[in-house]
Amino acid sequence: MGMTMTQKILAAHAGLDTVQPGQLISAKLDMVLGNDITTPVAVNEFNKAAFGKVFDPNRIAIVLDHFVPNKDIKAAEQSKQCRDFACSHCISHFYDVGRMGIEHALLPEQGVVTAGDCIIGADSHTCTYGALGAFSTGVGSTDMAAGMATGMAWFKVPSAIRIHLTGVLPRNCSGKDVILTLIGQIGVDGALYKSLEFTGSGVAGLSMDDRLCICNMAIEAGAKNGIFPVDETTKAYMNGRCERTPVIYEADADAEYEQTIEIDLAKIVPTVACPHLPSNTKPASALHDVKIDQVVIGSCTNGRMEDMEAAYRVLHGKTVAPGVRCIIIPATMDILRDCVARGYYTAFIDAGAIVSTPTCGPCLGGYMGILAAGECCISTTNRNFVGRMGHVDSKVYLASPATAAASALTGYITEEV
Amino acid sequence: MQVKGHVFKYSDNVDTDVIIPARYLNTANAQDLAKHCMEDIDQNFASTVQPGDIIVAGWNFGCGSSREHAPLAIKTCGAGCVIAKSFARIFYRNAINIGMPILECEAAADAISAGDEVSIDFDAGVITDLTSGQTFTAQPFPPFIQNIIAKGGLLASLEG
Repeated sequence: MGMTMTQKILAAHAGLDTVQPGQLISAKLDMVLGNDITTPVAVNEFNKAAFGKVFDPNRIAIVLDHFVPNKDIKAAEQSKQCRDFACSHCISHFYDVGRMGIEHALLPEQGVVTAGDCIIGADSHTCTYGALGAFSTGVGSTDMAAGMATGMAWFKVPSAIRIHLTGVLPRNCSGKDVILTLIGQIGVDGALYKSLEFTGSGVAGLSMDDRLCICNMAIEAGAKNGIFPVDETTKAYMNGRCERTPVIYEADADAEYEQTIEIDLAKIVPTVACPHLPSNTKPASALHDVKIDQVVIGSCTNGRMEDMEAAYRVLHGKTVAPGVRCIIIPATMDILRDCVARGYYTAFIDAGAIVSTPTCGPCLGGYMGILAAGECCISTTNRNFVGRMGHVDSKVYLASPATAAASALTGYITEEV
Repeated sequence: MQVKGHVFKYSDNVDTDVIIPARYLNTANAQDLAKHCMEDIDQNFASTVQPGDIIVAGWNFGCGSSREHAPLAIKTCGAGCVIAKSFARIFYRNAINIGMPILECEAAADAISAGDEVSIDFDAGVITDLTSGQTFTAQPFPPFIQNIIAKGGLLASLEG
């Protein structure tokens, strides 16, 4: 029986010719990632276990992104603990304020992750790098500690669901609408423990930012990872960017998939996930009576340059509706710089929005846009659980940057036309 | 190993944001986290849970964030076990890695009621509802995972 892309990458990193779904393996890691929330727990465990030194200071990435610039004294202490650890272990990929970005936008952009990699990250959205043709999955802090010490992790080889894409997305739709549609179809545990393998002629029409967004939210369907084949778009993105040589894996022609789901991209419509689950999806056109207090455009899901372009396309020369707070957060310093250079920054401010330095901030109810009881937000982030962005009685609707920006102009959920 | 306690019951898709809201993640101190455990779904949990008490829930327990703070908060509260129909994969992995006992058992999750007194024999994988008199058998862990649990967590297992 043939192997999927994921299974091939795992087999290669376990030093095996073949693997089977369900098989427990120990695999070599190309990169181990942590952030300012998860790294302190990992450092405590690392020190408690007295590992002494890391397996390779060039294969560990520590990104301060959730609560920086430090939101309070406790957050400052956590950042300091990460900084001290990175310094004492000579961690080359340590990203502090001024260089940092939201980890899952930053690491692909900076070429720290590449095709064929096997990556763990102490952050659930580590599955984002599957867009590059890597195996990449979220773990906890203890796994991060063990990974930093040994350069290895154990995995149960996942079975796969194939998402076969055809057609071309309508102009007012993006990767976010695709992944929300899929999660709405299969549910928040529809791919539990499995890999989501995207294939088909529709892949070619999806940009890297679309693919990164789609893989980012694989976890919201419970998946272990999401993965795209490496094509000309991927190669063009990686060329001159990646610090290590990409390794391209292809699924075998007779790879086994538990299920194949067909998605015609031409039939995708602007889609919104209603409170309080990412699977609770409806067309934006069915939600025009939902009044909003806040709009957030940013996050590891949708803080990339194409997301900023969509926000600019909708907002420039217009005015955010009275009573609506519109918060735009470019995900990395490079994206922020490009927003300034292209005039987006000024256009956003002129429209009545605010622009923040990169941070995860409001996505997880950290800071920079917390909701009061009864308030409603449309957000390009990834989760709309109870209390996710603030008070337990607040509501979050998940949408694409174009839909979020169009909603900012009307004050009600509105799709771009 | 055995535990015995009263049951706190929750539904499907209990996510890590309600287990430990992100507004408290500016610390890794387990005692501080435990004070806010389950706060956004059950304000009384942290103040009333007793050592050995048991959480019983539906499908996909622990979905969402990778925060290990979630099983750590539950463990530090003194809860003896989480029984669910299924677990989100990162929570499952984290719970095992830090030595927080969990069991998958659909029948038990359906039948056991909030407030019931339940005992669990982990060696046999048997769950007994002492209030209703019913017994259930949980899915056994694969031997590889049993080894991590027996050694007291992932890092202890690496030390051989």
